[in-house]
This record gives sequence, structure tokens and C-alpha cells, in this order.
Amino acid sequence: MTETLNVTVDRRVGYAVIYTEGYINNQGGEEIAKAAYKLLDEDFKSLLLNLAGTKIVNSIGISILIEIIEKMLEIDGKLAFCSLTPTIEKTFNIMGLAQYASIYSDETVAIAQLQS
Amino acid sequence: MAEAILREVTLALPMAPDMELEASKTAAAIAESIRMSPDRIDEVRQALIEACINALEHSHAMDREVFVTFQVVGSKDPEKLRILVSDHGVGFSPDRVTEPNLEEKMSSGNFRGWGLKLIRGLMDEVEIRTGPDGTTVVMVKMR
Repeated sequence: MTETLNVTVDRRVGYAVIYTEGYINNQGGEEIAKAAYKLLDEDFKSLLLNLAGTKIVNSIGISILIEIIEKMLEIDGKLAFCSLTPTIEKTFNIMGLAQYASIYSDETVAIAQLQS
Repeated sequence: MAEAILREVTLALPMAPDMELEASKTAAAIAESIRMSPDRIDEVRQALIEACINALEHSHAMDREVFVTFQVVGSKDPEKLRILVSDHGVGFSPDRVTEPNLEEKMSSGNFRGWGLKLIRGLMDEVEIRTGPDGTTVVMVKMR
């Protein structure tokens, strides 16, 4: 049985937050990408990915997140992450994601930075 | 006192979607039983997921199974968790696996190929035994 990822989006003035709940594997990554690209079509250039509801990821899912980061860089946009478990943060750091996307401890801190 | 295997559990996983999660749940239960810290348990789970995905995706094993053996190791009390992820597939040449680099990945458009790097970054010891009869990745996390 495939584990599903629930993705919800909160559109705010000047940015949007994508919340995930569940395992980020290839299908989960695709769901996030679908939500992110829809927001780009709506002209959102600052996105925050809140992973508080995700305790486990895999590298295939993260590869899809890298594609989103690349797309954001192409349009001079910003993608940030917040509320990662220590292991997901360590995984992102091993892969070098922090060079291209900011990682914040929680949503409040992330939003303050996105709006600055 | 010499190091010994105090407990051993083996799972045979069919090559089906999300089977890596079943292995990770067992890893968590065994690691909790030896009182490994929650953050270290999460690192074990993450590394095991990557090892299982590598075997599920790349082994081309005719029996379409991946075997995961958990060994609690210590001289008297549990000292470490050793996990062996094995397949009866075609093997590979670890020397020919290039170290992934995000900048290069982004310029090439191929974003995959992180498994071994993550396993090495998350576990304390990693050994790869591979040949024409299959591959075993041996991973160790100290308690």
C-alpha cells in the first residue's frame, strides 16, 4: 500500500505556505511540486514549505524538491523550509540544500525573513 | 569480553511500493528496545529507507525480494545496532558511483543518486559487499 502525503496551501499577501502531512516519497514530492507550480502560475514568488507534519522523507522525494528550488531560482523567487525534524534537516544539509534554500526553525521566524 | 550478536531479526521484503517503511518501523522498534535516542533512531530509519530504495530500484533481483537483518550487538549489554540490507541482484561497482554534488546535479538536470551519500552521512559505519550474486550494505549505529 502506498503511503499518501496530504498537502494544504495557505495563500497570504506576497507569499504562500505549503503544509505537508506524511511521507515525502516520489508521489509525495510530485504532490508538493503540483502545489508549488500552481502557486507560481498564480504569481507567488515566495513559498514556504512547512514540514512540521512530515517525519520521514526519501531522497527521491527530496530530488523533486530540488527541482522546485531550481524553478524558483530561474524566476528569481524564494523557497524556504521550516519546522524540519533534526534528521530531515541533517539530510538536507548532507545534500547541500541549505546553499539554495533557507531553512528556519519555525514558521514565525521564516515568515519574518520572507517578508523582510 | 568479545562482541556478540545478542538478538537478530530478519525481514524479507517483497519489491512493492513503500516496503522501505515496513523496514524502518522494525528498525525503530528494535532501536527503541536498546534505548537509542530518538534523533539517532530517526537517522537509522532514514539511512535504512535509502538502503532499501537502492536495493528495490537497482538490484534487478530475480526473486524480487530484499532482506533486512537487524543485529543487536554488544559484549554484554547492547552497544550498537547493525543492519544488513541484502539482495540477490546483479551487484554494482561502488568505485564507479560518483559522489553527488548539488551544484552539478542542478546543472545536469539529474537530481537523483543521493542514497549512498546519505547512508554514509547518517550512520556511524558503512560497508558495501557486492558481486555478481548480489549486494549487502552493512550499516552500524552506536547506541
